[in-house]
Amino acid sequence: MKKNILLLLALLIFSGASTVFAQNFLSGGQVHGNFQTDMQYYTNDDVLGINDTTLNGKRMGLNGFLELNYTNENFTAGMRYEAYLSPMLGFDPKYEGHGIPYYFAQYKNDFVDVTVGNFYEQFGNGLVLRTYQEWNLGYDNSLSGIRVKLSPYKGVTVKGIVGTQRYYWQKFEDGNRGIVRGTDVELYLNDILKGLEGKQTQIILGGSMVSKYEKVTSKTTVINDTIFEYNLPANVASFAGRMNISHRGFNFITEYAYKMNNPSQYNNYIYKPGQALFSTLSYSTKGLGIILAAKRIDNMSFKSKMTEDENMLDINFVPPLTKMHHYSLATMYPYATQLNGEYAFEGDIVYTIPKKSKLGGRYGMNIAIDYAVVFDIDRQPVAEGILIGQTGTLGYESDFFKLGGDMFFQDFNIKITKKFNKKWKGIFTYLNQVYDKDVIEGHHNEYGKVYAHIGIADVTYKVTPRQSLRTEAQVLFTEQDKGDWASLTLEYNIAPKYFISVMDEYNYGNPVEDDQTHYFNVAGGYIKGSTRVALSYGRQREGLLCVGGVCRQVPASTGFTLTVTSSF
Amino acid sequence: MKKTIILIFSVLLTTTIIAQTSEKAYKIPSVDLTTVNGEPFNTGDIDNDGNPVIISFWALWCKPCIKELNTIADVYEDWVDETGVKIYAVSIDDSRSSSRVGPTANGNGWEYEILLDKNQEFKKALNVNMIPHTFLLDGDGNIVWQHTSFAEGAELDLIEKVRKVANGEKLDDAH
Repeated sequence: MKKNILLLLALLIFSGASTVFAQNFLSGGQVHGNFQTDMQYYTNDDVLGINDTTLNGKRMGLNGFLELNYTNENFTAGMRYEAYLSPMLGFDPKYEGHGIPYYFAQYKNDFVDVTVGNFYEQFGNGLVLRTYQEWNLGYDNSLSGIRVKLSPYKGVTVKGIVGTQRYYWQKFEDGNRGIVRGTDVELYLNDILKGLEGKQTQIILGGSMVSKYEKVTSKTTVINDTIFEYNLPANVASFAGRMNISHRGFNFITEYAYKMNNPSQYNNYIYKPGQALFSTLSYSTKGLGIILAAKRIDNMSFKSKMTEDENMLDINFVPPLTKMHHYSLATMYPYATQLNGEYAFEGDIVYTIPKKSKLGGRYGMNIAIDYAVVFDIDRQPVAEGILIGQTGTLGYESDFFKLGGDMFFQDFNIKITKKFNKKWKGIFTYLNQVYDKDVIEGHHNEYGKVYAHIGIADVTYKVTPRQSLRTEAQVLFTEQDKGDWASLTLEYNIAPKYFISVMDEYNYGNPVEDDQTHYFNVAGGYIKGSTRVALSYGRQREGLLCVGGVCRQVPASTGFTLTVTSSF
Repeated sequence: MKKTIILIFSVLLTTTIIAQTSEKAYKIPSVDLTTVNGEPFNTGDIDNDGNPVIISFWALWCKPCIKELNTIADVYEDWVDETGVKIYAVSIDDSRSSSRVGPTANGNGWEYEILLDKNQEFKKALNVNMIPHTFLLDGDGNIVWQHTSFAEGAELDLIEKVRKVANGEKLDDAH
């Protein structure tokens, strides 16, 4: 109480003083922010087997945040308040609570940029370091500590970071997780080398080093009745080098990363060093884009706590090479990077058939074709009598240039976008996917591979210049998993302020007749400037919600959802 | 610790609000981005010789974003001729798809300035929640209007605002 009074007093004095002060120092200050609340009310649903017992009293879920930034010239301070009361279905119950998990102060000029508090940072493509936040996934691995960025010469950027990562609401203490340290240098050679100045060819080189320190605890394993103690490293270092060369329409990006031995829960405590190579080559000119990409990952999970094996405390980010889809049935079988090892390839072509040509018609036509395939890496035993991946050993040997026998995922898709006339527009997509459900979802030989064909027609009819009706018809055919699906969405938009939509997703081909469920949904929304309010009621099918490389399992539910977002 | 932070914040907030007696210019924060070729680009350099600027946040996986940029692409030339406006299309694709952004934009025939915000720093600095999110800047680089989401026809409202700004008129509603 006394403390509060003192604080209040200090506040009054400070605010009085600062109001006077405000005329000069703070007069340039600005406060901006944004917030979002998602509120769900769950109802019983006999078809989905949801009743009082399964809900266990949790009728309501609420996830919300408010972020504020104060900026004054070179100075910025910010914070984010979060509330999960209680977390919506599908979010980790460990989020339950509220507070301020994110706050920072930053000073920045042309030479130096210092941040203390929480920050998000990425080195290169993220292979050794990336901290970021995806609110809708409940993902946040922000670092709390210090970050310094220097630009000593034109074209040179040096970064240094030290910090600990967010783990739900748990405070960092007593070495309950590791400390992450890193440095990164990036050189834009065209600003550094006289000969490259103003040239068509651009070259960027970069290098990073990231290490984690973690208090080592004792861990043992029993092999053939003998107890072995793991020799666990307190420090694990990783290194990466990258290059980006572009010339006219060509662009080549590559990055290689190496991680020292890092036995962890995620890799079953093997001592093999990790490696990652990620390259893309692209060519484009107006109306045509071509991309080729390849990636090899070997044992690249890197977390700031060795016992963590879920979606938290990731230090690095290894992007999947497959295309991210947005239609609901096309996201039924999403791919997630297999950090313990994968070999992936992708090719992508985007072409616009010109306007007024025979095929293109009056408005032209856009075609996008994409193919991606992911295999396991080659794995051979390290010695006779030792199993592949045996804990406490080097795990396996792998020929860098050899594919493993198992195909995890394949996706061929073609998308045609066409404007027919002033009133009608359409997007037509076909996808052919192979999805190893066991590997990707972490099951043990329960499901095998799913082979799916998906077709989507998304047609928009302009009723008036500002009103349109969008119809989305989708089908998914497969003989595995839950069988065939069909879905229809009707959406009426009155731009820029209102929308209503109705949707039904029907699992008509489910081999279990009782599970041939309709997932219907009605939604409506109102948008004013940067504020959006949407209300929906319906059934949500269970599935994986993925953004970037991270996925969240969403359980089936029925109920109302209210979402309010705003930026100011 | 947290209490202190909240207090300091509320002080800053109240004083700023008190200090904000006259209408304030909302300037673009300075964030280091790159072009599609990896060349460094600071957002402080967003400029259009005194003409209006549109900053549009998008991503390859965002359906309405692509729709918005495609719709505007059909009329962009006319917009530029009429108002001198320039569009910066800021992609928030991460390294999964950022290398695809340039070729896709080019393949779609877009004439916008494309920037990469690979770890969403600029998006955060401008407090963007959902994409598409569009900002309109006047000739002095002040944010004068912003809007989230896109549906067919919303581009008509956008160009109306751009016209007003190009003519030096004030917008009655900043949001």
